[in-house]
This record gives sequence, structure tokens and C-alpha cells, in this order.
Amino acid sequence: MSMVKTRSRGLRGRPLATTSYAEDMTLLNTPAKRRSTFAIILVAFGLPFMLTDDLLLVLTLGLIASVGAIGLNLVTGYAGQVSLGHAFFIGLGAYTGAVLGGDPDGAVLGYGLPMWIWLPASGVVAALAGLLVGPIAVRLRGLYLAIVTLGLVFLGDHIFRESRDLTGGPGVGRRGPDLVVFGFDLNDTGPVLGVMLEREQRQFLFALIFLIVFAILGRNIARSGVGRAFSAVRDRDVAAAVIGVDLTRYKIMAFAMSSFFAGVAGALYFAVVGVFEPGTFGLLLSIQYLAMILIGGVATISGSIMGALFVTSLGRISGEIAHFMPFISTTAGSGGFLSVFQLEAILYGLLIIGFLIFEPRGLFGIWMRIRNYWKGWPFSY
Amino acid sequence: MSDQSSSVLHAHQNVPAGEPVVSLRDVTLRFSGVTALSGVDFDVYPGELFAVIGPNGAGKTSIFNVLSGVYQPQEGSVTFLGQSILGKRPHRIAGLGMARTFQNIELFSNLDVVDNLMLGRHHHLGYGWPSAVAWLGKARRREIANRRHVEEIIDFLEIEAYRRLPVGMLPYGIQKRIELGRALAMEPALLLLDEPVAGMNGEETEDMARFILDVKGELDIPMILVEHDMGLVMDLADRVMAMDFGTPIRTGTPTEVQDDPEVVRAYLGGGDDEEETS
Repeated sequence: MSMVKTRSRGLRGRPLATTSYAEDMTLLNTPAKRRSTFAIILVAFGLPFMLTDDLLLVLTLGLIASVGAIGLNLVTGYAGQVSLGHAFFIGLGAYTGAVLGGDPDGAVLGYGLPMWIWLPASGVVAALAGLLVGPIAVRLRGLYLAIVTLGLVFLGDHIFRESRDLTGGPGVGRRGPDLVVFGFDLNDTGPVLGVMLEREQRQFLFALIFLIVFAILGRNIARSGVGRAFSAVRDRDVAAAVIGVDLTRYKIMAFAMSSFFAGVAGALYFAVVGVFEPGTFGLLLSIQYLAMILIGGVATISGSIMGALFVTSLGRISGEIAHFMPFISTTAGSGGFLSVFQLEAILYGLLIIGFLIFEPRGLFGIWMRIRNYWKGWPFSY
Repeated sequence: MSDQSSSVLHAHQNVPAGEPVVSLRDVTLRFSGVTALSGVDFDVYPGELFAVIGPNGAGKTSIFNVLSGVYQPQEGSVTFLGQSILGKRPHRIAGLGMARTFQNIELFSNLDVVDNLMLGRHHHLGYGWPSAVAWLGKARRREIANRRHVEEIIDFLEIEAYRRLPVGMLPYGIQKRIELGRALAMEPALLLLDEPVAGMNGEETEDMARFILDVKGELDIPMILVEHDMGLVMDLADRVMAMDFGTPIRTGTPTEVQDDPEVVRAYLGGGDDEEETS
């Protein structure tokens, strides 16, 4: 009888031995991966009940930024098209969300539409912009493409600053959309299914589900023929064309998909932030996203998430460091050798340089090394 | 959409008997001042192994680049499976069933062997990006079918041990074999092999020769072979075309070409009127 209950998944003690292609090609193809992913998700759902509200907000923003980072990793990590224009697509998503979902009676334009319209719409608008930019990538590559996409950021910056009816203009800004999911207000406090949930806890849980959905979508793209074609375009474009990959099509597709991720992430991120102004979507934001994928791990989904969580909490981390270092002032104007903001900027620089030199595979690479060490333990190989 | 029954790696049989798979007529290719090819004219028939030989710079690889659509010739015609492929973009020509390997290995070095071969199946993907994103039913089913096909090739080329290793890490001879595998994964109607044994040691050369014979004998795929290893060419080829300075000088059986005084002169230089240095 016990034979019947035995699951056919893998052979005992040989996690890599599979007995069908379907099994070999599933998302989590070893028991260890299944267990650890399950454990991480379980812990993540428990976090809102363990952490303070301010920490939770940092993590919520990190989770949402992860979706944007996955997007950038699709175009830059997988398809190899270096894009400095990610901030533009994030801004486009943020303003589409804010305009469609914003307060209809406010000083700036708003239609007060529900989230199930403004969230996908912000992705679609950004993706359409990606479709327009894509053809440029067909003509240019490497450094030249980076410069052209840089131009996109300046173009966007100008448009966002000038369209005061939509964005509130520099220094003023506007409110993001309301976070109401199918009539359920994320900014409210009250019991949900018998559990008392405050605003930060609700936002965190929603961001977590949002990330899980988009991480799975990202992984699906990466492991399918589309992701393989992206990698082919990145590694050797002539060979890719000769084996039948349409370079134009896949470069444009990479930009469109990446921009969709950026759009939805931008809309949700600034809905959580609340008030935001056009100056946010400058070159610095693009660099931050590049830092996320470089620090996290190029061409990996889990790396994008690790990198995004790390980079968004960098402000908080430098704040904590400032508490222990008397020569670092915690406000911008109060003298001292360094301010926290300067410390944060320095940390960015050091981390990017450090990771590029010592661990080009990023946090993902460090994780792989730890994993491989324990896989072989107590042997070296 | 026809689901390939997995154990069959055979060539498409869509050429009527006696008709050539590919034919070039008076193909001329110029790069501003330089004439890379001039008056190139040949046919390859089903099941045939056609070799192109010639000194360095004779235009052998240029023929491949014309065939796979990387270069556009100024004159002449190229007909593949009964239709002209001039002006078609490389991925379209690949879709018609033209597969190729490269002189300098052009594998996707960050991907593992399975993914490289799966990329060879790109035209047999059978699903678009929407089902790729969702990974429901169709994408999953097609991926498994393609994987099964790829495993047939892995088995055929005896590269099971390297399946999940990034190809950049593998020895040169194995990489050449994987490149052949990627081309075979396309279920080609014509296979172009650009110096498949260049830089290989004796053992690796013999292995590759055996695989080429297997492709010819078991899979019945017509091939064009460019190679400097004369022993290999003379042993394997059905017909040989010798070229010099972009012009074909003799086409015939290996023995005919080998004994042709023009061919000997092209290779060894000298002769009566002009001293060529290549």
C-alpha cells in the first residue's frame, strides 16, 4: 500500500535525477528548491506581524521595486540591451496610474478609476512606449544604445516637469492613486478575516502577492523560448539570426515586456509613497535600478528581488550606520563630516564597484557559492 | 502544426527526386572594390555531400554567408527548395530549413547545452509570447515535445554527459559537436558545415567525420562542407568544387578535382606566368 502513496517526483537521495522532461522543466525542479521557496514565502507572510511599521514600509517599497528590477533585468540582463531609460518607463507608469486612479476633484487631472483598471493600464502605456523605443535598439547596441536611452530620461524629465496639469510640476508634485483593491482599502485599518491588519501590514501583504505574481511571470518569460531568444540575442546576434531568431522582433519585445513591468511597478510604488514630484524620475532612478540588478545578479529573477530589497533599504541602512558613527549627521543641514544622504550615495558607488570587481554575479552569485558549499559539505567538491 | 514524432530526425523530403535542394547561378558578390565571389555556379542534390575547397580568401565562407542571407550578392540567383532566397533576412531563410555551423564557434556560451539546442528548435517553438508568459498548456506541452527532440540529438551526438553545463566551459571539440547539434535541432533541409574539424586533433577529427557520415547516412540530410583538411574532404565528399579568388575553377568528383592541374596550381602557387602569394 505504501507504494501507492510514494510520489513519483524524483528518486530518493538524488534530487537532480528526474524521470520525465516535464519534471526536469518545472519551475522548482528539486525538493530543496521547493522547500526553501515555500519557507521563504511563509516567512514573508509572517513578517508583517513581526516588524515595526517603518521597517515594513521600507520592505513594501522594496518588494514593489523588485518588479521594476525584474523588468530591467529582462531587457538588460537577459536580452543584453543596456537601458538607462528605465526611470522614464517607471515615471510613465506612475503618472498613468496617478491620472487614471487619482482624485477626480483634485487640483491635477484624475479620473478616480479603480485599481483593476489603472494598474494594468499603467503597464500597458509604458509597454507601448517601450514598443516605440524598441526599434532604436535594433539599430544600436552597447554604449550607443545606453546613450540613446539616457536621452529618453531627459526627454521624460522635461515632459513630466512641464505638464503641470498631470504631474503638479516640480517642487509641488501630486498624489498617487488610491489603493483600493476591489472595494478593499489598503490604507484603512481594521480586521481582515478576523486578523487585525493596519495600513502598513495590508500594503506589505498586497505588495508581496504582487511580486509573487510578477516574479512567476518573469521566470516564465526567462525559461521559455522567448527568454532563450533574448539570451541568444545578447550572446551572439549574428548566430541568433542564422538559427532563426528574428532580432528586431525580440529586441522590441524585450523593451515592451521590460517597460510593462516598470510601468506597473512605478504606478504601485508611488501609490504607496503617496505624494511624488517629477524630479523623481531622473537619471539617478535609472542608476538605482541598474544598481539593483548589478548588486542582485544579472539575468536572474531571484537576484533582481535580492538587489531591489537591498538597494531600497540602503537609505535605512545608512541611517542605522549614522547612529553608531558620531561624525555622520542625520539631517542635511546640521554640519558634521558627512550627512546620511552623502553616506548613502557613497555606499551606492562602493557597492557597484565592489560587486563588479569581486562578484559580478551579485548577491545571487554569493548565494550560489554558499549553496554549493553546503551541497558538498563536508567535502570541498 | 505537425507534431514531429520524436524518434525521426530525418530531413524534410519536400524536394522532388532529381531536383536540386539548392542551386546557385552566376552569383557575384562585391564589397566596394573587392570581388569576393564571381560567377559561382553549383547545385546540391538530395542526400549529397558537396564540398567546397580553396586557399584562404577564396570565398568559401562568403558562399555560406550568401546562402544564409548575411550577405546580399549583386548578381546571380540563389534558389533553395524551389524558391529564391535573395533578399530574404537570415531568420526567414533559417525558417525554410537552412542550418549552419560556423568556422569560429558561435554558440551561446552562457547557456547550457540543452538551451543551446533548444534555441535550434526556435522555428519549431509552436507558441507565442502570451503563452510563454502564462506557461499554461500550450507552452508547456510544446517545450516538452521540443525537449524530447533535443534529447534525441544529444543521444545521436553522444553528448549526454555535458547536458547541463554552460557551453563556454566545454572543450573545443565538444563545442564543435554541440554546434552541429544546434544545426540538426533545426530539422534542416540543407546543412552548411564551415570547417567542422578546424583546430581539432586526430581523434576529434575522426569523431567528427563519423558524425558527418551518420548525418549523411542515417538522417539523409544534404550538406555543403567547407574544409581545409583534404583527407577528410576526399574521404567524405560526393562532389567537390575547388575555388580560387572567388571563382570556381573545377567541380567534380574528389579524384577529378585532386588531379586537376589548375587546382594544384591554386594551392601550391607558382606555375608559368604569375607568382601568387596567398
